[in-house]
Amino acid sequence: MTVLDGLPRTRTCPFDPPAELASLRESTPVTRMKFPDGHEGWLITGYAEARAVLADPRFSSRAELSRPPVPMNMGGNAIEPARPGMFTGMDDPGHARYRKLLTGAFTVRRMQQLKARVAEITDLYLDEIERGGPAADLVPAFASPIPSMVICEMLGVPMSERENFQSRSAELFDLALSLQDRMAALTELAAFLAKLTKEKHADAGDDLLGDLLATGELTDEELGNIAVVLLVAGHETTRNMLALGAYTLLRNPDQLAVLRDDREAAGNAIEELMRYLSVIHIGPVRTALADVEVGGRLIREGESVNISVPAANRDPLRFPDPDILDLRRKATGHLGFGHGVHQCLGQQLARVEMRTALPALFRRFPDLRLAVPDDEVITNDDAPIYGVGRLPVTWTR
Amino acid sequence: MDTVTRKGNRPMKLQADRDLCIGAGMCALTAPGVFDQDDDGLVVQLVAEPADAQAQLARDAVNACPSGAISIME
Repeated sequence: MTVLDGLPRTRTCPFDPPAELASLRESTPVTRMKFPDGHEGWLITGYAEARAVLADPRFSSRAELSRPPVPMNMGGNAIEPARPGMFTGMDDPGHARYRKLLTGAFTVRRMQQLKARVAEITDLYLDEIERGGPAADLVPAFASPIPSMVICEMLGVPMSERENFQSRSAELFDLALSLQDRMAALTELAAFLAKLTKEKHADAGDDLLGDLLATGELTDEELGNIAVVLLVAGHETTRNMLALGAYTLLRNPDQLAVLRDDREAAGNAIEELMRYLSVIHIGPVRTALADVEVGGRLIREGESVNISVPAANRDPLRFPDPDILDLRRKATGHLGFGHGVHQCLGQQLARVEMRTALPALFRRFPDLRLAVPDDEVITNDDAPIYGVGRLPVTWTR
Repeated sequence: MDTVTRKGNRPMKLQADRDLCIGAGMCALTAPGVFDQDDDGLVVQLVAEPADAQAQLARDAVNACPSGAISIME
């Protein structure tokens, strides 16, 4: 049997997963794949198989068992156990303990209550874009600051610190910067969040960190790390969905019109954009804790599995005509937020942000169009979360 | 009464397991009249035996639940 040498990542169309993934899904939806450290593990491209692995507790999320599916240029390959509070790299019951403390803050109802505030924040940035027009780069002007401001408010970052917090967050996810600069931004953010956590002891405030502190169940180290997880998980993902989503819609005007003009369609439209774009294109990785058969293949204990969300979400066995963007399609069940006990904690927040910000953008600027040729809208096949680096647009005043 | 019709319209029986629930909110989002979340984010079943349009939404919710916390009892 042939072994795939690494995760295919080269795209020919910015909106479609690498073509190699589609042919693998058809021939061998569970296929052997060599990881960068030489480990022979697996790549999953089929929807049913992906869902089965993500739902199965015999596949572990523990950081120290995991292997990066792409070469890590962070320096050092030592994979260590997740630090206290970094629950995404843990299994139950450790993971569940943290998750259960957080779920109450991210319910459908709590997030619906944030809708008006997200709309205000969106309008604030749209006003700024309009004033500076008739041209803007939607990444720094729209896609990046909206989720970052929402996170500031949720965590309870004081007004006076927000500008600095937002600049550091933008740097952290700016692929034009060197890795060193980005890691420096992360270190600074982590230190800031640790300091913020300490300050909450004196003045808890009506925010997520204050509420978590009030439970009395978490150490400052755990709280600071949880804040970092929420920032990292909540910013770049939503940012890339907003920017890549806007780009996709500008290239599909009939679909753009659906989102702009049909208020009833927005909920479903966002699910379809999540399915179609699947920005989690590297990983998630799980490691087998036992021998498990998946799709007729035997995955042995200790072997790592990379689940391809973009490939699974384009599986014709689950979604007919999967390569067509159809905002009226019933796209629920997509794996854009994952599946299983690690499914995205902040998904209801992300939905509110996307359902609010994207239609508002196209209603404010009905004739919005790209200001540069497609090859100047930089996509990065190696970015941890897939997206566009810049999105220069223009409109008629 | 036409028993055949009654049988055809028999409402489905749902079961929610709060120990398995991870608070993702897919049920409350998909079938808001059938499921809700409590203040801790965990599933609350509002209707034990949904019928008609609600039954389809409940089925979608069962399918969407990431942790298998809600199920249809045969």
